[in-house]
This record gives sequence, C-alpha cells and structure tokens, in this order.
Amino acid sequence: MTDALHILSLGKGGWGGALLLAAGVTFALSVLGFLLGALFGAVAASGRLSTRAVPSWLAKGYGTVFRGVPDLLTIYLLYYGGSIALTEIGKFFGSAGFVGLPTFATGVLAIGIISGAYQAEVYRGAYLAVDLGQFEASKALGLSRFQLLRLVIVPQLTRHALPGLGNVWQLVLKDSALISVIGLVELMRQSQIGAGSMREPFVFYLAAAALYFLIAAVTGSVFRYGEARAWRGMVHA
Amino acid sequence: MIDFAFFVEIVPTLLSGLPLTLQLAALSIAIGFALALLLALAQQGNHRILVWPIRSFVAVFRGTPLLVQIFLIYYGLGQFRPTLQAVGLWWLFREPYWCAIIALSLNTAAYGSEILRGAIQGVPRGLLEAASALGMTRLHTLRLVVLPLALRQAIPSYSNEIILMVKGTSLASIVTLMEVTGIAQGLISQTYRAVEVFVAAGAIYLTINFTIISALNALETWLTPYRVRA
Repeated sequence: MTDALHILSLGKGGWGGALLLAAGVTFALSVLGFLLGALFGAVAASGRLSTRAVPSWLAKGYGTVFRGVPDLLTIYLLYYGGSIALTEIGKFFGSAGFVGLPTFATGVLAIGIISGAYQAEVYRGAYLAVDLGQFEASKALGLSRFQLLRLVIVPQLTRHALPGLGNVWQLVLKDSALISVIGLVELMRQSQIGAGSMREPFVFYLAAAALYFLIAAVTGSVFRYGEARAWRGMVHA
Repeated sequence: MIDFAFFVEIVPTLLSGLPLTLQLAALSIAIGFALALLLALAQQGNHRILVWPIRSFVAVFRGTPLLVQIFLIYYGLGQFRPTLQAVGLWWLFREPYWCAIIALSLNTAAYGSEILRGAIQGVPRGLLEAASALGMTRLHTLRLVVLPLALRQAIPSYSNEIILMVKGTSLASIVTLMEVTGIAQGLISQTYRAVEVFVAAGAIYLTINFTIISALNALETWLTPYRVRA
C-alpha cells in the first residue's frame, strides 16, 4: 500500500485538490437541489392543505410516489427520460446520435423532486403546528393574505420546520452521491475515478466518507444555529 | 396513450428481480435489527468503553452515504485480499451479494439502534422500580417489562427505517446485483422507454412498501389496543 497521505496530498501528483473540488460540486448540487425541493415542497404542502380535492390528491400522489420509489429509479427516469426526449428533439433538427441531458442540472432536478416530497411533509406539519389564534388575530388586524403569510405564519412555521428540514438536508447530502451514476463528477464519482486510476479504492472511499461526514457535521451545526435563532425570545418546552 | 403490450412484456422481467430485492431487504433488516438491539442495549449501562465506540459507529454510518459504505466494503476491503484470505473471510467479501448485505445491515443497525435506544429510554422509570421491588432480575425486567414496551413504542419509527432499507436495496444494482432497479436500468437502456419502465418498477416498490406499512400498522394495532384512537 503506497502512502495514503501522498495520494491525498494537495500538491503535484496528489488527488486532494480534485477531491476537494468534487466535494464543492457535491455541496453546490445538494444546496441547489435542496432549494428547488423547498419550492416543490412548499407547493405540494399547500396542495395537501388545500380543501379542494384535486390539488390535495395530486400532492398526496407526488409524496407517495417519490418517497416510496428508490431514489436511484427516479434519477434514471429523469436522466434517461430527459435524454431520450432531447435526442428525439435533436433528430427533428437533424442531429444524429444520443444527446445526454446536462448532468448537473439533472442532478439538481432529481434532488429537488425527491427532497420536495419529503419537505412537503415537514412544511405541512409545521403549518399545522402554528396556533389557530394567530390566523384569527391576523384577520382581526386586517392583514392581507400575503402579509399574514410573510409576517405571521412563515416566521413561526420556520421554528417548527427547521428540525425536520435539517433531517431532509442530511438525506439530500447523502442522496447526492447517487447522482454519480449519471456521470456527474461530484465527490463520489471523483473518488471512483481516483480509486480506479491509483488502484487504491480503500483510501479514496475512506477519504470520500470523511469529506461527506465533514460536510454533514458542519452544515448540521448551521441548522442548529438557525434553530436557536428562530426560537430566540421564545420560551420553549 | 399507454402501451399495455409493452407493460405485459416488461413486468415479468422486472418481477424476476423481486426475489433478490426481497432477499436483500429481509436479510439486512433482520441482521440489522438484531445488531441494533444489541447496540441499543449496550448503551444502557453507560459504560464509556462501550458507549463511545458505539456512538462513533452510529455517527459514521449515519453521516456518510450508503453508496460510499457499499463501495468501501466491496471495492475498498477487496484491496486487503491476502489478509482476508488469511483470516478466512475472503469468501464473504468476494461476493457483491454479501458485501451489499453487510453494508445494508450495518447502515440500518446504526439508524435502528438510535430508534431503539430512544424507545428503551422512553420506558417509564416507575416500571423499572416496580420490577426491582418485585425482585425481578435485570434479565427478567428486560424480557418482561422493558422490551415489550420499548419494541411496541418503536414500531412507527422502525417502519420508516424498513421502508428506507427496501429502497436502499436498489443500490446493490451498482455493485452488479440484478435486483429490480438493476433490471429496470437495463430495460431503459435497451428499450429507451424510461417512463414506462419507471412506472412498472415503481409500482413494484410501492406495492412492497404498502404491504409492509399495512402489516406493521396491523401489528401495532394488535399489540397496542390500548393506544388505538377512535
């Protein structure tokens, strides 16, 4: 076994720089996917909370499918499904051969769709945790619907949602490793490349594990800080 | 326009991967549960020598992707072939099947032990005091008081973990095991019909998960009739 430190060094011939860069891609992919998921989740949560049948039914279906089906399958659907559609369009415009979807954008979309299904449940639960009196008081004060959401509901909803969102974030970070199957060079894929080329899988996958762990730990403390801030000035059980 | 003929064609192919999916899930959930229970119980004594390594194990397996764990065990440990051969464990780490089971079991053991640890701690202290007042030994208390209550308490959270494991078996396809997701990927790249294959394979997973959830709900109602709400 050659010197692991040398392989992972940041200097010439070392893979440290490439791995750190790939960890950056993993982080960016996860953050953007999580934010897109927040959008999908919010829409789905409002659908679930709606008293009308169709939105509620659609949102329920979305949650059931993407929380029940393996994430890998969803990723294949988006990548191959999108690429096949793109290839057809390409043919129409006279290009021959397979057109692949951009992997980073597909990854963000996949993580967005999957995490949105989980985030919807978090937002729904948090919304229901806001005291009914708050809605009545806002109405009595004559707040518009938008003011009600922005000034009263969202700040309180955040408090209840943050612990759940922290869990979803950890899930997203780990799910991002699956995007490696469509060829995006993020941390997992870069480790595979390094492991193959140096014939040192153990060192590379251990390094990848350490970097994922580090990102999870640091971002986890950001969520804890956010939670403390959201609850500032409140007495909480 | 849905092409039913195509579904009729692919469903049996996908179902041929079902036994492997179910095997991977059942074995790793069973092994993982046994391990989780051991880890949860070992932490009850608050012995530092036991608690610290267990907490680290749990943190590492919960803090890193399952895919990395599978690769580390399958490809990573494969690098130590001579050593593994010397200790007679090579047959285990040579097979992607066993590597997937080991990774899945350790992963679910880490999450499961936290669920069970919480459930065990949730058993009211008064019951433990009552048991000791009755002169019950620690093993008796565990078997007759703590575990029956804690395991009932843990069913809802543990059923989530079981669903995650069923979904997790799909990663075995990346180390060459042709279970449902692996077959689905093959079908997509052969037929170029991603949506249909997704619908068919997804339906298989949803059916498995729905069955498990219904069974566990029934188990919960049966075991905790006093908690069932009208």
